[in-house]
Amino acid sequence: MSGGDRTRLWTGLAFISPWIVGFLLFTVYPVAASLYYSFCDYDVLSRPIWVGLLNYQDMVTDEVYWKSLNNTLVFSAISLPLGLCFALALALLLNRPVGGRGVFRAIYYLPSLVPAVAAGAVWLWMLNTRDGLINQGLLSLGVSRPPQWLDEPQWTKPGLALVAIWGCGNTVVILLAALQGVPRTLLEAATIDGASAWRRLWHVVIPAISPVIYFNFIVGVIGALQTFATVFVMFTNGGPDRSALFYAVYLYESAFESRQMGYACAMAWVLFLLTLLLTWLASRSTRGFVHYSAE
Amino acid sequence: MSALVSLRTLVFALVLSATASAASGDRSGRVVINYWEKWSGFEAEAMQAIIDDFNRSQERIEVRMLSISPIDTKLMLAASGGNPPDVAGLWEYSIPDFAEKGALLPLDEALAEAGLGAEHYVPSYWELCRHRGFTWALPSTPGCVALFYNKRLFREVGLNPDQPPRTFAEVEAMSRRLTRVELERNGRRVRISFDELTVPERQSGKYSIVQIGHQPADAGMFVSAWGFWFGAKYYDGDRRILADDAGNLAAFRWLRETMTTYGVDQLKNFGASFGQSQSAVSPFLAGKGAMVVQGPWYPNFIEKYAPDLEWGVTPFPAAPGVADNAPMTLIIADMLVIPRGAKHPREAFEFLRYTQQREVAEKLARLQRKFTALREVSPEFIATHPNPANRLFSELSRSPNARAVPKLSIWRDYDIEMSVAALNVRYLLKTPEQALAEVQKRVSWRFDRVMRRWDVVGDERLAEWRDHERW
Repeated sequence: MSGGDRTRLWTGLAFISPWIVGFLLFTVYPVAASLYYSFCDYDVLSRPIWVGLLNYQDMVTDEVYWKSLNNTLVFSAISLPLGLCFALALALLLNRPVGGRGVFRAIYYLPSLVPAVAAGAVWLWMLNTRDGLINQGLLSLGVSRPPQWLDEPQWTKPGLALVAIWGCGNTVVILLAALQGVPRTLLEAATIDGASAWRRLWHVVIPAISPVIYFNFIVGVIGALQTFATVFVMFTNGGPDRSALFYAVYLYESAFESRQMGYACAMAWVLFLLTLLLTWLASRSTRGFVHYSAE
Repeated sequence: MSALVSLRTLVFALVLSATASAASGDRSGRVVINYWEKWSGFEAEAMQAIIDDFNRSQERIEVRMLSISPIDTKLMLAASGGNPPDVAGLWEYSIPDFAEKGALLPLDEALAEAGLGAEHYVPSYWELCRHRGFTWALPSTPGCVALFYNKRLFREVGLNPDQPPRTFAEVEAMSRRLTRVELERNGRRVRISFDELTVPERQSGKYSIVQIGHQPADAGMFVSAWGFWFGAKYYDGDRRILADDAGNLAAFRWLRETMTTYGVDQLKNFGASFGQSQSAVSPFLAGKGAMVVQGPWYPNFIEKYAPDLEWGVTPFPAAPGVADNAPMTLIIADMLVIPRGAKHPREAFEFLRYTQQREVAEKLARLQRKFTALREVSPEFIATHPNPANRLFSELSRSPNARAVPKLSIWRDYDIEMSVAALNVRYLLKTPEQALAEVQKRVSWRFDRVMRRWDVVGDERLAEWRDHERW
């Protein structure tokens, strides 16, 4: 490296130094510290005491931990596929040349602009057993005993999945953009060959936008595993039989309410590894279904 | 070069702002005491009036109050960051936790110097200030709970509004009478007392509750303390958690019985349209609930949300065989503490001491419509107090059966476990035995960990507390 190069390097580093300092202080250090604390009995107020793998061992026997993990996975398994299908259906509809398209697009996008806390408060009333809009609708359809979304353990997660699906505006916008990029030539060729609308969708449109669906799926997995604000607002202490206690909520409660910061750090690391694993699994298992135009 | 200059400016600005926040004297040269309090609204205004008096009463110290929520978490983070306020207002149940973790200053030496001690306080409240042989806090305003009842609803069902229930059985009987239901009878919609339902009508479940007599779950944050009324101990004071003792079991059976008596779905449906116990949409404040357990602060809420409500208050009777000699209550208190790391602990204590003077404590209590934790009160305070329930609460708090939640650093977790269990029992998801066995197991597990830690750091802590030089 010549003298000039070195000077330029230092100048460049100096210019990005605020970011480097911020990154080291507010990202690298906390991440490293959390790894260290995950091996400690640490309550924030007093000094951490090294306990080795104890926090990780405790996690194995902690029934509430397993419940929170199970709740999160079940919720993801319900809300992710449903949410993606719903978003895709909406995107396909909004992609059709109908009047007032812009208005509809805005309407479906609006929920994703609502802050999570406000959404939680609104959905508490939407899902209210007696006066909620959803149950009133079900009653008028002739369902004699509609689900108690907030009170029955088997219904809390489906209820929350409804909230998640309602907020799928972001996914719709991304899918819509992808749909508009589907080569017209391919669609025309398929039509000339006599393909029905369904076959065009299945054999042309979906393969063409598969990278975008895949992206949304991965982002969805990561997002679903970290679900926090809405659930936290809607359910005190995890709801009936802790059926709505999610991983991130239990992590938060362990850290800031029970003051078991060491335990919470260990949980955070396990969540990180779990996210990695699921993402890897997802990318492996969908390899055959995702088509990139370059290939 | 210009980048270097701007970097230098940035560093300089940072240093400047840091020193500005660390400097705690104001322009008049007074020592500034930062005081964090959980109160807002009229309770904060009342404390502000006391602070204004204090700031005027001398020229050396200036107290500045900040409303903080949630106080526990914020104080924890500020204390661990080494920059806590000089004074903080905590709830009594947080004291053991903060004390054991070394986040508070023991006040014993300062109290001895000031001549303040047990003899000045109602014993039950003094006891709340202490933990592991040290004094950690002084009460700002104390509280306890009793049964509020709606006199008009009593009258409507033919009960004497001046004779509230005196025994546990009376609470139950009156509650059934005061609970009103709506149903179809011979093709007509009628509204009757729950007592008047026929057995087949009850079994059919084809009625809806439109007014409730008494529902234990309406006690909100006190649901986990019902065990006291059934003789529960919660903790042996040493190393054993007693969540599944006979008292708690009896309390949880009662929770379940209330649900099965009135109907689980019917009660859920009735509750679905109401909010929390201290909002305008609670059954009691909406005139749809006849009895509810609350504290001396409750008349403020009645005045705000239901000014026409005609109410009375009486001790909640304990179960037969428990506390026959004197009424039962749960005592709680707002506490003032000095966090470890406070910049001006001596000046902070001077403010604490000021708040403990009889006239000052009475002024604060009067403004907040509560009573004081002091043993001596002036006759005028009792005679002219704006809260008609004040005398009852003050006497209740002195009852030999006044109970407080156990002094456990993990009480909050214990409380959450009890609340989860209570909900599971009320929704018939678990039997009382199952639910309490789970609480016992889980809280014991947590407590064992805390004690294991205490075994490691306990001696160090005790030595630290005895070392008053740090003041």
